[in-house]
Amino acid sequence: MKNDQNHKELKTLLRKVIPAVKDTELRRDLWPEMLEKLSEQPLRVPWFDWALAAIVSAALIFFPGAIPALLYHL
Amino acid sequence: MELLQRFAAGDLEAFEVLFRQHQKEVHYWIIRIVRDRGIAEDLTVETFWRIYRARDRFEPGGNFRGWAHRIATNAALDHLRHARHETELPEDLAAPAAADPAVGSETRKRIKQAFDTLPAKYRLVATLALIEDEPYNNIAEALGISSALVKIRVFRAVRMLRKKLNSLGLEVAAK
Repeated sequence: MKNDQNHKELKTLLRKVIPAVKDTELRRDLWPEMLEKLSEQPLRVPWFDWALAAIVSAALIFFPGAIPALLYHL
Repeated sequence: MELLQRFAAGDLEAFEVLFRQHQKEVHYWIIRIVRDRGIAEDLTVETFWRIYRARDRFEPGGNFRGWAHRIATNAALDHLRHARHETELPEDLAAPAAADPAVGSETRKRIKQAFDTLPAKYRLVATLALIEDEPYNNIAEALGISSALVKIRVFRAVRMLRKKLNSLGLEVAAK
């Protein structure tokens, strides 16, 4: 009961500070942008990215102890 | 062949029909999460781009609207995770009753600051449930989780917010 009351109080306060979006209407047709995006060439991965991936993979195979450290930084 | 079948088979004209049928609704959903017209437009296009790429995974007998909402929510969530935190609405998007003189500018600043520190998945449910007053079941459907889990996330968001506000020196009810 008290939780519900607190919840409502915070909700009221929040809505006073961060108002609901009023003007939500889409003002233009987005199909031209969609067509443009569809016609974009698929992204090519440069050779040095593949080389880097190979080096990292090799390092992880030879030094599996580095995996937790890598996961920690991701 | 039915529209959804043609779309799933890669028919661009069918996709255009679906795009025109659903773009407003998808944009409406996204703008209430990201609260920026330009970003909402970009994410609407991004959503349909993801939809088009995943067309062969769509079951033609399925619910396209629900599927589109889920993809839109994920696109908006990705944006919240990577973008700079921002809840300030541009003038043209704010509700008329936005400026409540009862809340001082310092308090307002601290509440926004606290809200912006919420993790993206909590900020998303808090925005939709607490600010936009969206029913839990709609949020649940769009996130692909249960209503109970949405309720839990809202509860946790409120708890984190209250804790943060208290640490910023704003007393917001008891814990």
